[in-house]
Amino acid sequence: MASAQSEHTAASQTAKDRLAIADDQALVRVRGLRFCHGQRCIFDGIDLDIQRGRVTAIMGPSGTGKTTLLKLISGQLPADAGSIEVDGHEIQSLSRAALYQLRTRMGMLFQSGALLTDLSVFENVAFPLREHAKLSDSILRKLVLIKLEAVGLRGAAALMPSQLSGGMARRVALARAIALDPMMIMYDEPFTGQDPISMGVLVSLIRQLNDASGLTSIVVSHDVRETASIADYLYIIANGQIMAQGTPQQVAANESAWVRQFMDGEPDGPVHYHYPAQALEQDLLQGLRR
Amino acid sequence: MAPIRLSEILVGAFMALGFVALFFLAMRVSNLSMASVDEGYTLTAKFDNIGSLRVRAPVSMAGVRLGRVEAIDFDQETFQALVTLRIEDRYDQIPNDTFANIYTAGLLGEQYVGLDPGGSPDPLRNGDRIEFTQSALVLEQMIGQFLLSKAEEGGE
Amino acid sequence: MLLDSLANLGRLGLAILASLGRAHLLLLGILSGLPAMLARPRLLLAQIYNLGVLSLLIILVSGLFVGMVLSLQGHYVLSQFGAAESLGVMVAASLVRELGPVVTALLFAGRAGSALTAEIGLMKATEQLSGLEMMAVDPVKRVLTPRFFAGLISMPLLAAMFSAVGVIGGWFVGVGLLGVDDGAFWGQMQNKIDFNEDLVNGVIKSLVFGLVVTWIALYEGYDATPTSAGVSRATTRTVVQSALAILGLDFILTALMFGA
Repeated sequence: MASAQSEHTAASQTAKDRLAIADDQALVRVRGLRFCHGQRCIFDGIDLDIQRGRVTAIMGPSGTGKTTLLKLISGQLPADAGSIEVDGHEIQSLSRAALYQLRTRMGMLFQSGALLTDLSVFENVAFPLREHAKLSDSILRKLVLIKLEAVGLRGAAALMPSQLSGGMARRVALARAIALDPMMIMYDEPFTGQDPISMGVLVSLIRQLNDASGLTSIVVSHDVRETASIADYLYIIANGQIMAQGTPQQVAANESAWVRQFMDGEPDGPVHYHYPAQALEQDLLQGLRR
Repeated sequence: MAPIRLSEILVGAFMALGFVALFFLAMRVSNLSMASVDEGYTLTAKFDNIGSLRVRAPVSMAGVRLGRVEAIDFDQETFQALVTLRIEDRYDQIPNDTFANIYTAGLLGEQYVGLDPGGSPDPLRNGDRIEFTQSALVLEQMIGQFLLSKAEEGGE
Repeated sequence: MLLDSLANLGRLGLAILASLGRAHLLLLGILSGLPAMLARPRLLLAQIYNLGVLSLLIILVSGLFVGMVLSLQGHYVLSQFGAAESLGVMVAASLVRELGPVVTALLFAGRAGSALTAEIGLMKATEQLSGLEMMAVDPVKRVLTPRFFAGLISMPLLAAMFSAVGVIGGWFVGVGLLGVDDGAFWGQMQNKIDFNEDLVNGVIKSLVFGLVVTWIALYEGYDATPTSAGVSRATTRTVVQSALAILGLDFILTALMFGA
């Protein structure tokens, strides 16, 4: 317990250093974002900033639209109201060509990896390079191998995506996402369904890539512990609102019952274990009468 | 450059096979092989009645196909059918007093132009007209004539 | 009650109109990808392999048997009128005008159209299409355009092979087994089958069917709900809608081409 405490303070020290280093200019600035799906509003007036050079985590229970937020930031979905600025460009009003231009500087790691199943690992990583950069074959090959080496999968270059495990597929997708040396990478649930080893690999990879190449990272996840361990700043979203925000320490110290339940993973609390229903006795008796 | 892949060879073979099939349909199944407009020379003939003769009907002599009907027009002055025949170049010894008939293949078959050779030493040339023609046999007229003659016999 | 069902009917009508609109917008997007595709003929080649070469077996075997059956049945009927020599005309005309384009299109919808829908639908479900979009690659131009033109090119060639093999099958049965005169079989066929009237019209038909089947298949895949149930529904819809579209269009085209 005591050692954990000291680790915590050490971690908070480094986090503070990073905060001090980063300039105040946010890479992504979201103001008053509203996005509704039919009658139901997934986001209702959200403001958030993603600072340059940091790992910002967006957490929340499943179904709160975390993935939707990434799609809004990358311009795959139109917002109903509010503004989303990425690197000074208002995403909503960009022309298609300008949006595509901007996207070459954004990487996104999808939950499933989203590798092209008819191409080998090598060709998958080479894909964005072939599409957007006119490189000679030998330079292309070197670049791809360097990117694969960065995720530790240079040996798997000849495999097809169907031959990879889930964790390896995600690492290949990561190599592909950094192929064009983007300014920002968005991770959509990078830890879901991973065994402890590949989870650890991904956690350290995300941190390393962020610090080594001066990236800005957005991690969307509901894996509290892993996410809190690498994030510089946390946003917790639920019911279309931001429930809490701050450094991991600030959020960990948050007194709100809802945040406590989410962060500590309690089965019952403000969010009930039971789906709303009538009393159990009534339900059972009703079955008898019928 | 890049190595040729098996799938690419197969696609090439597929395309080739497709065009061979189209070529086969065009040359062997359809009339394209005979439809070349510039080949052969043309003759014209005037008929009082061509029955149901159609463009592209065969033109034959002694049962051998020499060509086909190229066009059918109507002559406003003589009120006759003006039929243009296209004959293959190799049949260039058709006498200029040849007789053109319109026959029917079988009892109910299609009609065609049959040529009966004359005895002249001079052959027909491109653009010439066949002077001697016989109209198509129209079944109704034949029956009508037959009945008429029977009635005349009965009257005597 | 009545108002409710009226409202439902209206909603259904609007949904159908919206779907039709999306399909046409998609077609525009696909066509606008043509220049980009011509710069990369390999993508097209790979799709002609998938749609054309892999459909070859079913098309050739079906064509052969359809031609043989046509010959058997045709001989039975024609010989009763003493017109067995016209067997070649009958076989070739049925194949070139109708059965070649129509049956090939139906088989093509079942073999290649359903595969296309499933492939695109699964690419959508596994986020591959979103992934392309995030790599600043237009999935419509990159994925759909080559498939569309591959379908457009493959269909007429497959239909021609179907008809050619069918005629050969008909010849084999008619001349080889039933004793129709070889010369009469081919001669009458050549006399009666017109290049422009019959063959060119048949090719036009198969081009139209190829366009429609590939279009339906791509649209259904691209518009599918990205779940396993959604993709399976979309695949079924592709086959059913393609079949209806082929038969409906065939009537219209036949009336336009041969009716007047």
